Amino acid sequence: MSLFLIAALPFLGAVFPALLIRAGRNASASAAGLTSFLAFVGLLLHAPAVFRGEVIQVGIDWLPALGLNANFFLDGLGFLFAAMILGIGLLVILYARFYLSREDPMGNFYTYLLLFQGAMVGIVLSDNILLLLVFWELTSLSSFLLIGYWKHLPEGRQGARMALAITGSGGLAMIGGMMILGNIVGSYDLSVILQNKDLIQASPLYLPALILILLGCFTKSAQFPFHFWLPHAMAAPTPVSAYLHSATMVKAGIFLMARLWPVLSGTPEWFYIVATTGLVTMLLGAVIALFKDDLKALLAFSTVSHLGLITMLLGFGTKIAAVTAVFHIINHATFKAALFMSAGIVDHEAHTRDIKRLGGLRHLMPVTATIAIVAALSMAGIPPFNGFLSKEMMLEETVHTLWAGSHYLVPGLALLAALFSAAYSFRFIGHVFLGQTRDDYPAKPHDPGFGMWAGPALLVSLVVLIGLFPAHLVGPLVAVAAGAVTGGADLPYYSLKLWHGLTPALYMSGVAVIGGLVLLKLHAPLIAAWNRAPRPEAKQIFDSAMRALTKLSQIITDGLHNGAITRYAFLMMVFIIGISYFAYSTGTMVPATREVQGVGPITVIAWFCLMVATLAVVAKHRQRQLSLVLIGVVGLVVSLGFNYLSAPDLALTQLSVEVVTMVLLLLALNFMPKDSPVEAPMWVRLRDGGIAVVGGLGAALLIYALMLRDFALPSISEFHLANSYKGGGGTNVVNVILVDFRGYDTFGEIIVLGIAALVIYALTEAVLGSRVRAYLLNRKPDMPQAGDAHPMMMVVATRVMMPLALMVAAYIFFRGHNLPGGGFIAGLIAAIALLMQYMASGFSWASERQRMFYHGTIGSGVLIAAATGLGSWFSGNPFLTSAFGYLHWPPLEEFEWATAALFDLGVFLAVVGAVLLALESLARFAWQPGISSEHAMDINPARDDAAEAAAAEGEA
Amino acid sequence: MTMGFLNIEFLVASAVGLLTAAGIYLILRRRTFPVILGLSLLTYGVNIFLFATGRLMVDAPPVLNKYAEVPYTDPLPQALVLTAIVISFGMTAVVVMIALAAYLSARDDKIDMPHHPEDEGEDA
Repeated sequence: MSLFLIAALPFLGAVFPALLIRAGRNASASAAGLTSFLAFVGLLLHAPAVFRGEVIQVGIDWLPALGLNANFFLDGLGFLFAAMILGIGLLVILYARFYLSREDPMGNFYTYLLLFQGAMVGIVLSDNILLLLVFWELTSLSSFLLIGYWKHLPEGRQGARMALAITGSGGLAMIGGMMILGNIVGSYDLSVILQNKDLIQASPLYLPALILILLGCFTKSAQFPFHFWLPHAMAAPTPVSAYLHSATMVKAGIFLMARLWPVLSGTPEWFYIVATTGLVTMLLGAVIALFKDDLKALLAFSTVSHLGLITMLLGFGTKIAAVTAVFHIINHATFKAALFMSAGIVDHEAHTRDIKRLGGLRHLMPVTATIAIVAALSMAGIPPFNGFLSKEMMLEETVHTLWAGSHYLVPGLALLAALFSAAYSFRFIGHVFLGQTRDDYPAKPHDPGFGMWAGPALLVSLVVLIGLFPAHLVGPLVAVAAGAVTGGADLPYYSLKLWHGLTPALYMSGVAVIGGLVLLKLHAPLIAAWNRAPRPEAKQIFDSAMRALTKLSQIITDGLHNGAITRYAFLMMVFIIGISYFAYSTGTMVPATREVQGVGPITVIAWFCLMVATLAVVAKHRQRQLSLVLIGVVGLVVSLGFNYLSAPDLALTQLSVEVVTMVLLLLALNFMPKDSPVEAPMWVRLRDGGIAVVGGLGAALLIYALMLRDFALPSISEFHLANSYKGGGGTNVVNVILVDFRGYDTFGEIIVLGIAALVIYALTEAVLGSRVRAYLLNRKPDMPQAGDAHPMMMVVATRVMMPLALMVAAYIFFRGHNLPGGGFIAGLIAAIALLMQYMASGFSWASERQRMFYHGTIGSGVLIAAATGLGSWFSGNPFLTSAFGYLHWPPLEEFEWATAALFDLGVFLAVVGAVLLALESLARFAWQPGISSEHAMDINPARDDAAEAAAAEGEA
Repeated sequence: MTMGFLNIEFLVASAVGLLTAAGIYLILRRRTFPVILGLSLLTYGVNIFLFATGRLMVDAPPVLNKYAEVPYTDPLPQALVLTAIVISFGMTAVVVMIALAAYLSARDDKIDMPHHPEDEGEDA
């Protein structure tokens, strides 16, 4: 199976659980399980090649200009992690099916889980660090959804936010680090980066890159001092904890450290940062875990500790330590996932996971007890389970490690951590499963059904089998994975077996176990002392830091953004003027190269009208209706000007838009005050006037200077003129540009227009659903009303004109390719024809005769345009390549067909729909009871008899 | 007949200047309706500005003539301005709608938010 498919399957499959939940919870779970299973099988098919030491690579150039390529590769390390992610994912899916209750939305759960799974698989298979970063962020987001899955619980929401804040900010740091790394090497492909150890380590930017990348790894893998988010993420349902916090997400940081180990490790910086952090985390996590009464909190801190252990091993920088790290990754995943699932079973059956309220469960739930005890013994490092093997190898490594000249520091602290680790493992066993059976459990615990313990049982059998036959069972896997980590097949000698003879590590193990038992005995006085001791509470520090940051951003935001829009506009204008002046004063001005052109008196008269009308709008803007009339004059002159200056298409568009805009503004003004009061003091008006004059003068001078000079660079307009007919089949170049050369722009534009209309519709719905509706229904007109709501002359005229206007629209539409016209203008004309009916015969009359919804018109327009664009794929051309030809049907003249016309039809429909939806929405504000008369025309000679009959009926 | 001292470039440039100035002045007003008027005037100014970057020509529409070699004006700014006109209609409609909804909801058409202490609601 292609690596693309393995990475994509979880994402593709994520759709199904949410959809299939209507078919039942089993269907939903099966869909999720099947997806994971398929991906898992696909992965296993590559196993033979991976074990032969091959590296499977696939890739396509995605955004080569950015160095972002969709490249995937599968080597031993990727295989190990992908197998854990998919394999344990399968078990978690099974477990969650029985763990989640009926009230939980299971479809969402599996969808989130698969999204997360896909993101994780993406991380471990990526061969491009930019691609890896994308997946990295996806894991943060999808784990946010999973941790906050029980969104009714405040702990869940807080835990999810904390996890997102910590891992997200670490991710940001990592982006920086990866960018530096890619820059040093000159490629973002991992397989290239991994070959350039010397180049990277010699670079002066090595340390910044290292620190930034490690910040990402440490936050993700909950290393000190970022460890505190992990316990709070335990508010998630237990399947999530078992999955994210044992096997996968928290291992992403570990994975990345292992992945980049060949090029980043081996320096003192690496050793002191990574190994020390790991050591501190290991010790701290183990100590805190001993004093946690919540089962999941205990396991969470134990996970923190074990992640520290692996980090420390990677930090040592020796090949043998890397082998040990890989081995412990496998072992930890098996026993910790089993432990989380067992803890979930206890919680599920006993309705509590407070250790103080538990005990003696081995008699009540023997199966669960067996599973949990074996897994916990492995965690404690007791032979013959797998945890013992890797812990011994770890202790052995610490003995050989020198920290700042000290032989004893690392082994001593590691031993202490091992001791605490044994102690909390024993507590997990002793205080939950051993001891006397109690009778005060919140619920009567008993073993769950097979489905729930099957997963942990399988994992625990691995714990035992790996412990007994490590070399046979996981030897090859450890070898290929460790080979990939260390960047070569030549691993040093090591052996995976139970008995290594009487080594220092064995003595240390013995001390740890005995010390652990002693600590457990002393637990009661110890925990009392622990609870009395003052210690920093990470959540409070985090919360107060968050509050301070929120406060700070509030101050900044409110200071800059205080709701005074006039001030924003003022600042923006001043800024624009300032930056324009800067551009002018630093640029150069070439002498004028073009002659001015003379004008006739009519042009001057039109110009004069425009200037006077504009000044009048400003002078009379307080009288709103008058200013609308005046602005209409401006629009008209602008249309005439376009026509005069060889832009007939623009003139037609401007004219029809003018009509529609005016109707819109009049409709709105109907509900608004008819005049504006004088508010701003004189100095403010003078100041604004000054800005306006400077801005206007600047614009005028700029365009005047521009018009007197030729283009500095050749323009692409020549291309459009030369190819309009040859390539686009039309002689109206403007239209060909719109529907062909720049068809993509137009496509985007009709979508924007449609969205604008939908926004207006949605706003109308929202406003009419509020208390505003009552006001509108009882509103008294504030101006004298016309005597005739629907004057007969107007009704008759508009109805006669309607077919004519539509005919004009059709004509304008069809000639658009070759003569001024086209979909935009035709759409506006058709919309105006329909609008006239609303205006003359009334909203109710028009609505009754409305055959289709305008939403649908917009949608069909966009879809037709899109389908036309897609159609060009069938002939192997890029999106929106147009085709055209000429037909000659004998009685008719030869005519042209072009797919661009179909595209223009889409434009037409979208424009009609958008204009009508916008205006219809606005018109709905005016509806009042009794406004719709039974008759469209108030006076209708044909109706005299009917009216009398109706009146008679009313009396009867 | 031509008007000796006037030329078409001057007329267009002065129109752009006045429309821009009027637009800026009205945008700086404190009620929604004048601001909408100002936006409309500024839109005219900007559209003419864009159009004029193609340089001005009279009687040379960019409609190809199959039979004669004639000059054509620059079609590209025209295509850009055509879409700009339609989009600015959409924008005006949305702004008008927001202004209307705001007025009806608050019975007030000032564009500046009244200053009041922020309510500090935070999700626990």
